[in-house]
Amino acid sequence: MGFEFNTETFRNDFTFRNSPRAIARFPFPFDRDDYMYSVNMEPHVPGRPGSVFEHAFDVDEHYLAEMRDRDLVLKEDPLRCQSLPHMEMAGWDLLELIMESKARDYPDWFELHRQGNKWHWINKPMQIEQKFTFLDSSTLPYGPMEYITRQTQGDFTLQDQRDENLWIEAGMVTTQADWSLDFDIGMGFHEWHAPVPLAHEKGVFDRALKFLLKLQHGAPVRRFNWTMTVDPLLDTSPENYPKWGPTRAEITPENVGQRMHLRVELQTLWRLPRSNAIAFPIRCYLIKFDELVTQPKWARRLHRVVRDLHPDLAAYKGFLRNRDTMVAYLSQYDDGAPTSPGWWPED
Amino acid sequence: MTKTVFEKSIRSRPVYDELQPRPGTAHLCVADGEGAEAVCDLFAKAGTAAAEMLARSHIIYVPGPTGTDLFAKVQALGAAQCHRSPSFWAAEPRLRKVLADAHMGLQVYLAGTETLIGLAQRDVIEAGLPHDAVQTEHRGSLSRRVQCVHCKGITENVTTDPFTCSHCGLNLFVRDHYSRRLAAFQGVNIDAEDPGTVPPAVERFK
Ligand code: HEM
Repeated sequence: MGFEFNTETFRNDFTFRNSPRAIARFPFPFDRDDYMYSVNMEPHVPGRPGSVFEHAFDVDEHYLAEMRDRDLVLKEDPLRCQSLPHMEMAGWDLLELIMESKARDYPDWFELHRQGNKWHWINKPMQIEQKFTFLDSSTLPYGPMEYITRQTQGDFTLQDQRDENLWIEAGMVTTQADWSLDFDIGMGFHEWHAPVPLAHEKGVFDRALKFLLKLQHGAPVRRFNWTMTVDPLLDTSPENYPKWGPTRAEITPENVGQRMHLRVELQTLWRLPRSNAIAFPIRCYLIKFDELVTQPKWARRLHRVVRDLHPDLAAYKGFLRNRDTMVAYLSQYDDGAPTSPGWWPED
Repeated sequence: MTKTVFEKSIRSRPVYDELQPRPGTAHLCVADGEGAEAVCDLFAKAGTAAAEMLARSHIIYVPGPTGTDLFAKVQALGAAQCHRSPSFWAAEPRLRKVLADAHMGLQVYLAGTETLIGLAQRDVIEAGLPHDAVQTEHRGSLSRRVQCVHCKGITENVTTDPFTCSHCGLNLFVRDHYSRRLAAFQGVNIDAEDPGTVPPAVERFK
């Protein structure tokens, strides 16, 4: 596939790095110089070769390190993976979706052989080989959702659909931007989004829910979300906030380029065929400011977005206290030149 | 005491209405503290139908978190069954039994503190009763049941913000984000970013 899996950490010594390839394909989320919440969804169709949109589930150089980090999080706190009893079928749907996609998109790494309900799954990078009976969870070491999401980058939630609403009733959440699955599990769409500022008033969630209730199998959609994280810490959970919160007070003009990271979530939404649930993979990409500014268009644009962001959003995303330092750093890379529309660095 | 007026809040925060008598095959009232008055008002609103309604009513009453005990008032209504429990947890097995035995057409009325309403509502939902068979009215204390998002322990009857988690001892601020599954608000460490910098506690939930 033209790259190797990194040996790196997302905690303690934080050896996480992006290769030049990973920087060039980073999913920069801003298609213009300003940002406000909107119903930003587009069809999740295969994108440019080499980009994070090329395949349904992007596998990149951080794959193995992220799976090791997930395992550490789950050992510390098993509540990060929960599934209400009626969600098992949706878990099987998700397992099928991911296994089929990966075997199709990365045949050198993943294989899926099926004879009726007798399935044989091979994950070469993780050195896993599993024969199991589809829809019989006693033949897997974990429930189906946990089994497959221990082998897939990104957080995952599963939403049941009933009473004209979506209910978050299962999830694997170890790389989240400061929200708690354990607290939110069982909530409806507007309830779990309750803490988000401004978007409710703008009707964003009413329109997004209406759209999702009609989401069709075979026609997934995607959207971006983003925030800022100090150090390449995947597990910015509220559970562990007392551990990582103090790092927000450690940002200085000298270290901001190394320690402040743009955190981008590539979120996709899939209608599942058997359960009629919606799967919501939340794939997290991290890039430190020093890496990001190697792309001149992104540096200019991020400077303008961060500088002009509504203070309620900066506060919600947790970087209000560091905004001035971030803007001062980024301004060095903004010569005032116009930026072209769209995300791509070179266009 | 009359109906509580709440400030505008976020969408996960529960809202309460006023109990109204509704036609039903049976009536279950669960109340604590000042919620007794909402139950009395409910039957007063029923007017001439009250006697017939009371003959098919079961009232479960618990004293409020500040000690308010108006059991005599609800007892005087003369419901078919009227039971006083020392606490919600003592009442819960009885409540669950009544819900499990329920037939079509049971009307449920919950009145009193948010904690009582939230805990009882959780049992009602778990029992699979239809949403429109349940009414709620807030009366009395605004004290909150708060889950510490860090240690997961729940502190009952929180009246100040911030407060100290009764389990892990962290200083927590109280969010309006509310989980019906836990019947609790969320508490988050207030001095995580600047350890030791804790603003004075304010009595926000009297
Ligand atoms: C159905 C699957 C979805 C799930 C499970 C989900 C979950 C969440 C959660 C847990 C949060 C954090 C809330 C908090 O602060 O506690 C959040 C934030 C947010 N969500 Fe969703 N969401 C979903 C779909 C969407 C869609 C379709 C939109 C489209 C408009 C959307 C827009 C947002 C926005 C704007 C935020 C604030 C993010 C920020 O500024 O960092 N979500 N979502």
